[in-house]
Amino acid sequence: MEVSVTVNGTTRSADVEPRTLLAHFLRDELGLTGTNIGCDTSSCGACTVLVDGRSAKSCTLLTAQVDGAEVTTIEGLAGADGLHPMQQAFHECHALQCGYCTPGMVMAAVSLVDEYENLDAAGVRVGLEGNLCRCTGYQNIVKAVLAASE
Amino acid sequence: MTDTMNPFAGGIVGTPRLRKEDPALLTGESKFIDDLNLPGALWISCVRSPYAHARIGAIDASAALATDGVVAVYTGADLEGDWAGPLPCAWPVTDEMKNPAHLPVAVGKANFAGDAVAVVVATSRYAAADGAEGVVVDYEPLEAVVDLDDAASDRVVIHDDCGTNVSYDWPLVPDPDAVAAAFENAAHHVTETYVHQRLIPAPMEPRGVAAVPAPHNGDMTLYSSTQIPHVLKVMGALTLGMPEQKLRVIAPSVGGGFGCKLNVYAEELICMALANRHGGTVRWTETRTEAATSTIQGRAQKQTIELAADADGKLTAVRATLLADMGAYLQLVAPGVPLLGAFLYHGLYDVPAYAFTCRGVFTNLAPTDAYRGAGRPEATYAIERAMDALAVAVGVEPDEIRSRNYIPTEKFPYDSPAGLVFDSGNYQPTLDRAKELVDWDGRRAEQAERRAAGSTVQLGLGISSYVEMCGLAPSRTLAALNYGAGGWESATVRILPTCKVQVVTGSTPHGQGHETSWSMIVADQLGVDPDDVEVLHSDTAISPMGMDTYGSRSLSVGGTALWMATEKVIDKARTIAAHMLEASTEDLEFSGGTFSVKGSPDKEVPLAGVAFGAFTAHDLPDGVEPNLEAQVTWDPGNFVFPFGTHIAVVEVDEETGAVELVDYAAVDDCGNQINPMIVEGQLHGGIVQGIAQALWEDAVYDDDGQLRSASLADYLVPSAAECIDMKLDHTVTPSGTNPMGVKGIGEAGTIASTPAVMNAVVDALRPHGITDVRMPASPMTVRRAIEAAGGSS
Repeated sequence: MEVSVTVNGTTRSADVEPRTLLAHFLRDELGLTGTNIGCDTSSCGACTVLVDGRSAKSCTLLTAQVDGAEVTTIEGLAGADGLHPMQQAFHECHALQCGYCTPGMVMAAVSLVDEYENLDAAGVRVGLEGNLCRCTGYQNIVKAVLAASE
Repeated sequence: MTDTMNPFAGGIVGTPRLRKEDPALLTGESKFIDDLNLPGALWISCVRSPYAHARIGAIDASAALATDGVVAVYTGADLEGDWAGPLPCAWPVTDEMKNPAHLPVAVGKANFAGDAVAVVVATSRYAAADGAEGVVVDYEPLEAVVDLDDAASDRVVIHDDCGTNVSYDWPLVPDPDAVAAAFENAAHHVTETYVHQRLIPAPMEPRGVAAVPAPHNGDMTLYSSTQIPHVLKVMGALTLGMPEQKLRVIAPSVGGGFGCKLNVYAEELICMALANRHGGTVRWTETRTEAATSTIQGRAQKQTIELAADADGKLTAVRATLLADMGAYLQLVAPGVPLLGAFLYHGLYDVPAYAFTCRGVFTNLAPTDAYRGAGRPEATYAIERAMDALAVAVGVEPDEIRSRNYIPTEKFPYDSPAGLVFDSGNYQPTLDRAKELVDWDGRRAEQAERRAAGSTVQLGLGISSYVEMCGLAPSRTLAALNYGAGGWESATVRILPTCKVQVVTGSTPHGQGHETSWSMIVADQLGVDPDDVEVLHSDTAISPMGMDTYGSRSLSVGGTALWMATEKVIDKARTIAAHMLEASTEDLEFSGGTFSVKGSPDKEVPLAGVAFGAFTAHDLPDGVEPNLEAQVTWDPGNFVFPFGTHIAVVEVDEETGAVELVDYAAVDDCGNQINPMIVEGQLHGGIVQGIAQALWEDAVYDDDGQLRSASLADYLVPSAAECIDMKLDHTVTPSGTNPMGVKGIGEAGTIASTPAVMNAVVDALRPHGITDVRMPASPMTVRRAIEAAGGSS
């Protein structure tokens, strides 16, 4: 089926199998491999992207479902002037180690900070519950998100 | 605290420098295995046994072969001739050890649910998965062996070629008479039994493989999400029967390992064999379900530990007896995992008599192997839980029983009763500081108040003091343990003509930040900017010699090789500089990247000048080769022994059984630190991983050997919501094992935290007469413990 999705500001049209997951469309069709896949039950959040500005797990969406939508992946976050403040905060707070969960975690954090004002540590912890990290123990991720939210 | 023996004082080393790895990882620029663009690649999907134990009958692939995109289907029998040998086990711990044949694709019988029985090759990953659905296998289910004691009884023997489920018995009893006498004369004799549930390592990146052949010249490039490209090259070539020099192994960015990528796996061999058969690239990416069912699991032990002590609670002997679950087959180092703890069941206590025995058995469950800590978490858990039991028996506080038994600082280097030499230690300050951080006395008072008030939410305090042996390992020691390889590491340091630096390391990072730490070390030694140091790794064509990353070995072994290679380069540069300055090498000083003549500060040449001179080679001293490059292979003389004390404070709701973390303090000592930010990061992650064993994670198998927690919806890897901020501090007691005075820190958090939390849970419930709670201490487990103890509430 034909789909047309605006990804990181560029409209992309493609003929995809109806069952094609958004995560696979981004990775295999568009070559945007920054969006990682870590599970098959929508549990880990490694594949989190923004759909029309809100975080969504791209392994749980069919490409057909985002026909006409605007999708932002980790590749679309940094601008010409460098890293996005959330990426910069993750760097400065040592909020990543192996980096596999990082793109999804950053996208989820961007959405969280955008959605809620006056976040505290507890709010960040609950807000990121759908994104798993095996390396950091989350302490520095919470620190980074709070730093970027200020 | 003490900062002696630090060769880097005042430099970049020791400061929290941000990681050079981050920008690529933060922007999606890094390439993990599944990100590789390999045009025309065929994909495989493994057909896996749904039964834990079953004879494999007829396999009907006709429907699969009729599926769009499916190219071929292979059974175990079809591929039997492709293997020069079975999947390797490199650690035959005894000469008599039973090691069943383990083929990449099972032939005749499947021995765990998840064992591959056929492979589908297709033009896309979707088509391969479709094809696998269409393969019909005629199974004859057999009775599954899932319990360790049942396995040891040989009621059902899993492997006909072994004739028993007992793989090995491994004793370490240096002086049996001393142990017997100690128990005979003990004022206190504590006997405890503990169970370590199976754990799924669950790095966020599942495994993946891509085999890229060059059919006409016989080359093969194997990409794998592995911790061990170097070991994999040797073992892969042997298992496939191909010339080792024709195999290049590359680990791209690796999304965590935690030990489960320290292996040689069926899929690596299958992809290479099928790449040969099809004359093109064959690849595979693991699903999360496969990561649960078919990647190695960790822990899985039953332990009995006995302590003998005098009337004051001073330990006189420790005796540990283990039953360790190997799973269905012996993976790469599985038999040796319990042995890595065998020397540590007396913990950091001064004990004169010691006995350890381990029996390894087969079950119809996924194979086990090294998982973060590998043997040392199990040992630390046993001794630290038992020390709390001893404290109760003696009638003293848990901190007091530990203080009475710590190896005294003046006894280092300490000859341990298990035959090791502990390099350095100073234990009491870590306990004192950890108590301060959690306000131990205040919390004890609060606990008493809650109890007096009849609160149903109890407070529990748990201490865990640990020492671990890491920095694997002296090759001669490994030989004594029957390990099939050495424990050295290799490094090359190359100063380029423009005075930029290339470092080649045999260590293989997968999240630890080697590029940053290695750059800091070399930068301080050479007086260059860390950003001018490039660290090359994880590709056997670029870094041909290495023993890779596991066992908290990278810094103390690989980092030492690096330090020595850099010193060697400086020595060569000194010779050239002396020639340039017309001075003798003894008269030269090297500081801040400049050679100068002592006493003649105007006579100097910067390293850049020496590097360019070494490159042009126009005027080198006689007998000196052009270029500045040196390689060192370092084989450590001993392990290193990091230590520390962690304290957990938990709340246990007696009505719901829920356990909540309230406070957590960790005071660790890994000797001199290269990058304190990275040390803290390793501790944070490690601590949470150990807490997860205590409270949440459990690979639950039913009586038929079916994994009931095969997804991340069922297997509870903690999220940020369950975790709390940890309070970290450290002491510095340099190791004497290596010139940088460093020790490993990658596994310490995981080793320490599990018993701290469980001691806290049991401490909270002690008024009920409860002395043990099974891990994980889920609400159901806690409630059942309370009910079994006669409590209602």
